[in-house]
Amino acid sequence: MIKVSGLRKLYGDTVALDGVDLHVREGEIHGVLGRSGAGKSTLLRCVNLLERPTEGTVTVAGQELTALPGRELNLARRRIGMIHQHFALLSSRTVAGNVAFPLEVMGVPRAERRRRVAELLDLVGLGGRGGDHPHQLSGGQKQRVGIARALAGDPAVLLSDEATSALDPATTRSILDLLKRLNAELGLTILLITHEMNVVKSVCDSVAIMAAGRVEESGRIADLIRTPGSRLTKEIFPLPDPAPPGSVTLTFTGDPQRPLVSEVARKFDVEISILGGSVEELPGGSAGRLRVAVSGETGPALAYLRERGLLVEVAS
Amino acid sequence: MTWDEMAPLLWEAAGQTAQMVGWSTLFTVLFGLPLGVALVVFDRGGLLPLPALKAVLGVVVNVGRSLPFIVLMIAIIPFTRLVVGTTLGTAAVVVPLTVGAVPFFARLVEAALREVGADVVQAAQAMGASRTTIVGKVLLPEALPGLVAGLTVTVVALIGYSAMAGTVGGGGLGDLAVRYGYQRFETLLMIVTVVVLVVIVQLIQSLGDVVARRLARK
Repeated sequence: MIKVSGLRKLYGDTVALDGVDLHVREGEIHGVLGRSGAGKSTLLRCVNLLERPTEGTVTVAGQELTALPGRELNLARRRIGMIHQHFALLSSRTVAGNVAFPLEVMGVPRAERRRRVAELLDLVGLGGRGGDHPHQLSGGQKQRVGIARALAGDPAVLLSDEATSALDPATTRSILDLLKRLNAELGLTILLITHEMNVVKSVCDSVAIMAAGRVEESGRIADLIRTPGSRLTKEIFPLPDPAPPGSVTLTFTGDPQRPLVSEVARKFDVEISILGGSVEELPGGSAGRLRVAVSGETGPALAYLRERGLLVEVAS
Repeated sequence: MTWDEMAPLLWEAAGQTAQMVGWSTLFTVLFGLPLGVALVVFDRGGLLPLPALKAVLGVVVNVGRSLPFIVLMIAIIPFTRLVVGTTLGTAAVVVPLTVGAVPFFARLVEAALREVGADVVQAAQAMGASRTTIVGKVLLPEALPGLVAGLTVTVVALIGYSAMAGTVGGGGLGDLAVRYGYQRFETLLMIVTVVVLVVIVQLIQSLGDVVARRLARK
């Protein structure tokens, strides 16, 4: 749905993006995770060409945006919704007026606008608040207005620029739930950037980790977790790094209740002591990571675990 | 001088001041608003960056603002004659008043527009809004409280400028105070005129403040 290739963006001598490739499949929630200054915001703003990339191409819904002249780009942008960290609502307009704005831009007639606005406000749980002004709303409500506004043009894609970073944890939760619901109900493809692992953990199907203008790692979360040495795994399940020599790190997905450790201890002549670990609920199911020290019949025991689909990493 | 003698003089002068300030305010907004918008839109990083044009406009505005009004009024006499066909009277004063206030108002418009958040403008761009739409539906409405505050300051400044209009026979309250109060030693009339001016300025400022506050929904 979104395809970015070979993207470079320079500001004078500063390299903001250094050859970024990104592929977001239709109906997916894709996260871009990175610290501030990693280039994720620039990347997002290159997707709807708020920033013009120095090199590279951006294709959204089969249309190569980087090749479009100004007027057609404006038409294409109407099919790409965007929500912002500080909401970017017009303080001179009511809630309904804000949601109506993109419809005015598109030239939708007044009666039709009114109908659409009511529909959109209901969708985001703000039915009946249309006459309020943005300053009368809480942060979470403002972001709901932002989301309603972003959906007005019936977009195929929603871009989220740190949409929950200015919100408290409970409100963040409710906004993320809303995004997830829209993704499921409308089949909306969502590209979101964030510096919070929590956001990625709770809604994203896939992720790209950025640092210094490059994508360091990307893919479906479920796949990345099974990839040896994955940075994502290290960040989701924090364990002391580097692992003590000889220790074994087990990463598993699926049912965390399987009694694999005790099974191994019974089957093989091994002693297992647990050094640390955690289990997380992710969109694709639960996953966990366990660091253990194993002594005794180590080789066959680890082979058995590998056979059972666990990722087994032995620190040297 | 008795009150009965003063009242018609004051009434006539107030009417002239209202006429001069009213017309020049209208023309100031007409020319100053687009100029202020241009200063923002053509700036580096603006909606339509044309830094060279913006630099030229900036210089023109600064030149206009650095001339004292009385000098400006005399310096542009040929231009005034060209526009209204005369250089004397109330109509002739409206031209220099406008020329003097346009750069002043334009800078205030520029400052008010710059107060509008960059994120709001970008949000509109992300929706595919054209530049004209962004100026008309985002920048100007969002800056409205600031624009009203700027207009209030401009009107007050115009009342001040118009006091010098007597020099070219424009009349008005300032002229009344100079001719009767100063030149004929009618101290009472001068004091009354000053009080009337203070009250008018106070009313305009308060009205402007109330409107600006009503519009600012933050």
